[in-house]
Amino acid sequence: MNVPWAADDEPQTQPVVMNDDVVRVRQFARGLSQRCKLSLVDQTKFITAASELARNTLVYGGGGSCTAGLVRGRGRLGVAAVFEDFGPGIPDIELAMTDGWTSGGGLGLGLSGARRLVDEFALDTEAGRGTKVTVIKWAR
Amino acid sequence: MTQQDAFPGMVKLLTADGQELATGWVDRVAGSLKGRISRNELDRELTELYTALVEALRDGVADAHADGMSEVRALLTELSRNRARQGFSPTETAISVFALKHVLEPVLQDGSDQDIRAYLRLGRLLDDLGLFTIETYSRTREEIISSQADQLLELSTPVIKLWDGVIAVPLVGTLDSARTQVVMEKLLQALVDTGSEQAIIDITGVPAVDTQVAQHLLKTIVAARLMGAECTVSGIRPQIAQTIVALGIEFGDIVTKASLADALRLALKKSGVEITRGGGVGR
Ligand SMILES: Nc1ncnc2c1ncn2[C@@H]1O[C@H](COP(=O)(O)OP(=O)(O)OP(=O)(O)O)[C@@H](O)[C@H]1O
Ligand SMILES: [Mg+2]
Repeated sequence: MNVPWAADDEPQTQPVVMNDDVVRVRQFARGLSQRCKLSLVDQTKFITAASELARNTLVYGGGGSCTAGLVRGRGRLGVAAVFEDFGPGIPDIELAMTDGWTSGGGLGLGLSGARRLVDEFALDTEAGRGTKVTVIKWAR
Repeated sequence: MTQQDAFPGMVKLLTADGQELATGWVDRVAGSLKGRISRNELDRELTELYTALVEALRDGVADAHADGMSEVRALLTELSRNRARQGFSPTETAISVFALKHVLEPVLQDGSDQDIRAYLRLGRLLDDLGLFTIETYSRTREEIISSQADQLLELSTPVIKLWDGVIAVPLVGTLDSARTQVVMEKLLQALVDTGSEQAIIDITGVPAVDTQVAQHLLKTIVAARLMGAECTVSGIRPQIAQTIVALGIEFGDIVTKASLADALRLALKKSGVEITRGGGVGR
């Protein structure tokens, strides 16, 4: 997915390599969604999606980064976050996106749930190459 | 000039007009600390430092990390730790060392070649000692921060006895694994200690519930059940409820209530306590 970053507002990249980074990503997502004036429900949804994806990047991707910022499209403002790692990738996307499927000890709802929490969701992954998940939530 | 010649030179620089130098040094440091440390205290600190420094140089030691400098380092460690604990900045800490360089500066104007070389050599030593104070300072700050984090972890997860047989844990802030672990242990321990059969976990103060938090909550509740206690989750705000639904998390047969008050009412009812509104008798 091509992310339409807002021209006047540089996206920021943060490392996601330890537990504290997940908290930082969540806080950054909160700040962004407040700046974007998302409703309280949408803020919570975006923050939660970011939290899920950041933890996947850390736990399954073996660490990576999160690039997040404001986006603009069709006259609307929105928030976007791109999670990227160069870990093992996801061999079976359909399986990974199935509610309740986990290769670890999770609930298996992070990835599929994150898709339902946002307006746009793109998963770009390949076994052995890594994983990139892009999410956008638009202000209403 | 050989290395050895440098030592008498440095000692001479420091001792030539000893009292005046020391006073100038204390003045400079006192000025930057703006009276937040008493003059007497500062006098004592710096005099000890001065004596130890001259002593080491007399013994032919000018390496900040050498054994012969250990007394100086010990004094600087104490000084840096105190400054860090009292909330001084790194600059206000290192100034104690760098100010000495400053008060020695006039020698650059009217000193002999030998004096200048001695000054440069001493300057290098003082730079190293200054860096040493900054390092000690930051290590102390880190210790303070991490012990505060531990305290916060304890503080932020109180278990409250609401009634005979009813306890509650109000959760506030982000729930990471470490914290949830603490909450879970405290809750289970409190069930035993108080002999309670009803526990309320209130999440009014939790900004987001993701799958990890939900999983921790579910585990805690299952563990409490194994101990014969019933858990109610309260304080699920509308935005959290909607997010939980969208994520697809199922709380199964876990009882949830909108507010802590509702949860308490239910817990009391389950433990056989009847609540009646007073009719104003005796007023
Ligand atoms: N960045 C990633 N790299 C490799 N595999 C991944 C990545 N993200 C997800 N996966 C795979 O997809 C599966 C499903 O992810 P999902 O987030 O839905 O569940 P989970 O993380 O196992 O549990 P939870 O419900 O706690 O998030 C994971 O178990 C993992 O095998
Ligand atoms: Mg996950």
